[in-house]
Amino acid sequence: MGQVKSLADLRKIKEELQGRMSLRENSNNPESLVQVKVAMATCGIASGAKQVMDFFIEEFEKRNIQAVVTQTGCMGYCFAEPTVEITLPGHSPVVYGYVDTKKADDIIEKYIKNGELVDGIIPVNYETIEKK
Amino acid sequence: MKDLSMHILDIAQNSITAGAETIEVEITENRVTDQYRIVITDNGKGMTAAYAAKVTDPYVTSRTTRKVGLGLPLLKQNAERTGGSLEVKSEPEKGTRITALFSLKNIDRPPLGDIGGTMVLLAAANLNIRFIYRHITEKDTFTFDTREVNATLEGMPISEAGVIRFLKEMIRENLQEINIAG
Repeated sequence: MGQVKSLADLRKIKEELQGRMSLRENSNNPESLVQVKVAMATCGIASGAKQVMDFFIEEFEKRNIQAVVTQTGCMGYCFAEPTVEITLPGHSPVVYGYVDTKKADDIIEKYIKNGELVDGIIPVNYETIEKK
Repeated sequence: MKDLSMHILDIAQNSITAGAETIEVEITENRVTDQYRIVITDNGKGMTAAYAAKVTDPYVTSRTTRKVGLGLPLLKQNAERTGGSLEVKSEPEKGTRITALFSLKNIDRPPLGDIGGTMVLLAAANLNIRFIYRHITEKDTFTFDTREVNATLEGMPISEAGVIRFLKEMIRENLQEINIAG
């Protein structure tokens, strides 16, 4: 039983984590952070949105990028799941479709780091067949 | 859905949309009685009995982005495939309780999957919601409660990558300890 982690262990590692956090956090303003919203409705989850979200969280830490990763519901692009909405500070949100971990890597390296658009954007003026 | 944890992630999303402040996931398994029960309870805005009775119909959904809702129908299908059932109980302004019953040993029961990752992900993406996850086996009970986690963290958010990693590990080890069926 002694080996099993508990919240007491979390308390122990908290200080170390806090140290790392304060190194990164110069600004507490969420507007100044990259915001990533992963669509997580039935369609997104079934297509692997969870892996994509895990990937973003892990990679942002590894690559030292300040970002907020959250979930959102279905955006209506079920055919293109997993979809991810990225908002760079001061920019309009951009929605990417068919995001797997490889694509997510591309998005981080090109779009988030350099502001360079990556293939697979779902345009905001996109209309479903129904609306036409 | 590949595994039960993904169903749970999906159903919990309904609770979040319903404005729940507390979402409780309880899994009870018993090898002797061959039961595997998942109960998801929230204190969201709830539904009328009439609406609750028809939510397992794929063409009933409250969302406006599309006309079908497959979350509950898919869970129901998987439960019934093992000889089990799905029950939806709800009361407006009180909340909703979803009970999915599976046969534990049935070959059609999907495996539990990455439940630790699922619960921590939900907690990290919804910092204002209290998540409770309880897993009961014949051997023991494991409870994960984000209120306790937050009390330990004293202001540090659960969404911190190091915390996420620790909590996933902690849940995995504790579940192993109580000998879950998987």
